[in-house]
Amino acid sequence: MSGKTVVRPYGDTTGDGMVQVSFTLPVPHDKRGEGAALQLAGKMGLDPAMLVHARAMGDGFTFFVVYGRVGHLVDLAAVRVAERDYPLLTAKDVNGAVRRRLRRKLSVVGACIGTDAHTVGIDAILNVKGVAGQKGLEYYRELRVLNLGAQVTVPELVEAARAERADAVLVSQVVTQRDAHLHNVREMSAAFREAFPASRRPLLVVGGPRFDEMMAAELGVDRIFGRGTTPGEVASYLVHALTARRAAA
Amino acid sequence: MGKLGLDPVTVARARALAAEAGRPVVELARSHTTVSVERAVLRLAGVAGADPDGIPWVNRLVDAVVADVGLGHGVALPVFDALLREGVDDVTLLAQKAAAGSVRFAVPDGRFRTAARRSADRHVRAGLRRIDRRRAERDRLVARCGDAPRRPWIYLIVATGDIFEDIPQAQAAARAGADVIAVIRSTGQSLLDYVPEGATREGFAGTYATQENFRLMRAALDETSAQLGRYVRLTNYASGLCMPEMAVLAGLERLDMMLNDSMYGILFRDINPVRTFVDQRFSRQVHARAGIVINTGEDNYLTTADAVEAAHTVTVSQLLNEYFAHEAGLADWQLGLGHAFEVDPDLPESFRLELAHALLARELFPDAPLKWMPPTRHMTGDVFRGNLLDGFFNLVGAMTGQGILLVGMMTEAVVTPWLSDRDIALQNVRYVLGAAGGLHEDFVPAPGGFIQRRADQVLREAVGLLERIASGSLLDAIGDGTFGIMRRPADRGKGLDGVAAHEPGYYNPAAHLLEVS
Repeated sequence: MSGKTVVRPYGDTTGDGMVQVSFTLPVPHDKRGEGAALQLAGKMGLDPAMLVHARAMGDGFTFFVVYGRVGHLVDLAAVRVAERDYPLLTAKDVNGAVRRRLRRKLSVVGACIGTDAHTVGIDAILNVKGVAGQKGLEYYRELRVLNLGAQVTVPELVEAARAERADAVLVSQVVTQRDAHLHNVREMSAAFREAFPASRRPLLVVGGPRFDEMMAAELGVDRIFGRGTTPGEVASYLVHALTARRAAA
Repeated sequence: MGKLGLDPVTVARARALAAEAGRPVVELARSHTTVSVERAVLRLAGVAGADPDGIPWVNRLVDAVVADVGLGHGVALPVFDALLREGVDDVTLLAQKAAAGSVRFAVPDGRFRTAARRSADRHVRAGLRRIDRRRAERDRLVARCGDAPRRPWIYLIVATGDIFEDIPQAQAAARAGADVIAVIRSTGQSLLDYVPEGATREGFAGTYATQENFRLMRAALDETSAQLGRYVRLTNYASGLCMPEMAVLAGLERLDMMLNDSMYGILFRDINPVRTFVDQRFSRQVHARAGIVINTGEDNYLTTADAVEAAHTVTVSQLLNEYFAHEAGLADWQLGLGHAFEVDPDLPESFRLELAHALLARELFPDAPLKWMPPTRHMTGDVFRGNLLDGFFNLVGAMTGQGILLVGMMTEAVVTPWLSDRDIALQNVRYVLGAAGGLHEDFVPAPGGFIQRRADQVLREAVGLLERIASGSLLDAIGDGTFGIMRRPADRGKGLDGVAAHEPGYYNPAAHLLEVS
């Protein structure tokens, strides 16, 4: 990068600061409505603001498109982004990486443990249907997925992981009454530690809306995923963690 | 002769192979029952409501019967035998008593069997008559309000999770031009083995399908239909573990279309194949009776598999869906067979490929109102490009005479549609249909040209795949991952424990009445 660390939006001339925004206001389309749109644009920092399009939608809503100049400066030196410790891969790249580096299918076993019957989370990550437009792990050709469903006991899970030669075990916990999710996960990680030598233990991954992602070590698992996690993130993590582990072994 | 010059011998062969592949599955469906089929029978017989924990009385009653005599005899005879023995008149009351453990069930024989059967038939016939009345009411309303002004019907989705938010959104969408409103279901409902009760205000990315929600939305759209002078249709889902019950509730509440695919639940929800086929046949018989248009889910294959490589799997699935639908008594006008605009736009000639695929479906099923689904897989978040792609999707719909057009949103994969997204999407549809709505009259692909050759190739690949399926079995093909690349063995998947083979003397009054009608 060049030495320049301060930039402005670019319309057609360096430094012109031009942006385009669109929004809807719950007002009828008339002069007053257009004035309201310009007021909002002004408060958003557009000066001057040009209202280029307004269109009534149904009763009492109007859609606006506004172009204008913003005075704000962007300081590139002050940009801070949360660094993910693994690269986000496409399904194709995940499949490619598994083929290349593991040279066999990556085996995943998933379940809701304890009395938790909420399979929404594990299904969103594993089922082909997926979530938010992303396919679940079943969709990945190089992943072999077994979803045990709800109310699986820890011994059943350990047994399934052994039978499937699981590389990773995914556990979803939604119910948090009396910290059931934390107890269940501790019991699960202890059982896997007992049943497998450290070098052969599957990767333990836990997900649910109420987990603190920083508690992995405390709960004895390799990774915790919180609310809004997508299948692509989980798949990318699995490839990263499992191939790194293999390289270290 | 059609526009593609399809070889009639090949087309006939494709249909014959689909029937050959489907027939053993129909036999399987005729010789098995499921907990959901039996619950649907009880709903027709008038069992309604739920216990204080929200578990429907139909579930409590079926569970009680299964505990005493198993599922394989059907629940109708044990239930109506108990009803007569206990001297109660109301089946819901019997369910409540059974849940409290005060009723024992047995499989009646001799004159007790005859009496139970007569009583069951009478109750279920009353339920079917309610469905018949709702169907006649639809015909009356369409005649009185008027029908959608043109084909394709414009199909829009609402999905707030709260039925009382959905209603004004649906009414606004209808006023803005939608001919069909679909209420998306809450994530995970398809895997619930019961139908929730009452009006609901909390769903995940959709609203629970309940009888009361159906009723509320249909009543609201009736009001809007009268104002607009155009009957607005309502759609929901007969899919997942409660497919037969959803079909019954849709019939009772005069829904107009139902998503109902023969294999979607198996492939995309990992529901046991036998469970799905048994449930599906019964639900289709109910849809046939209720005058409901089904929408099949072939578009979903193209969201997992490549739209060019897997184009023939769509055709194969359409042919199978057609066979299963006809077998269950559905007429061609009720077959909203699905397909989608999902070819990678970066592929050269992608638009011509889309035209070829859409026209192939049109010509293979000339009397079916095909359901044309918008791009999702190649919608990237670039809303400007997305709007252009949706315009081309609409153009293919106009050029190939599609029956039902699901309105594509430029914000697909970004947000659930905003008011403005829907407005822009409808402007797009209106522009294309207004500017080119009659283009299908003029559009005839050149003989022997790219489009004709591509359609012929897809049809031949479909025949090849059907030959492979028919030489083994459809269940094995599904187990081997033929569709949507999913492998689904017949002895695995959700809901298998709710399936039973018929015992000698199995009786299902609804199946009996629907079969003979």
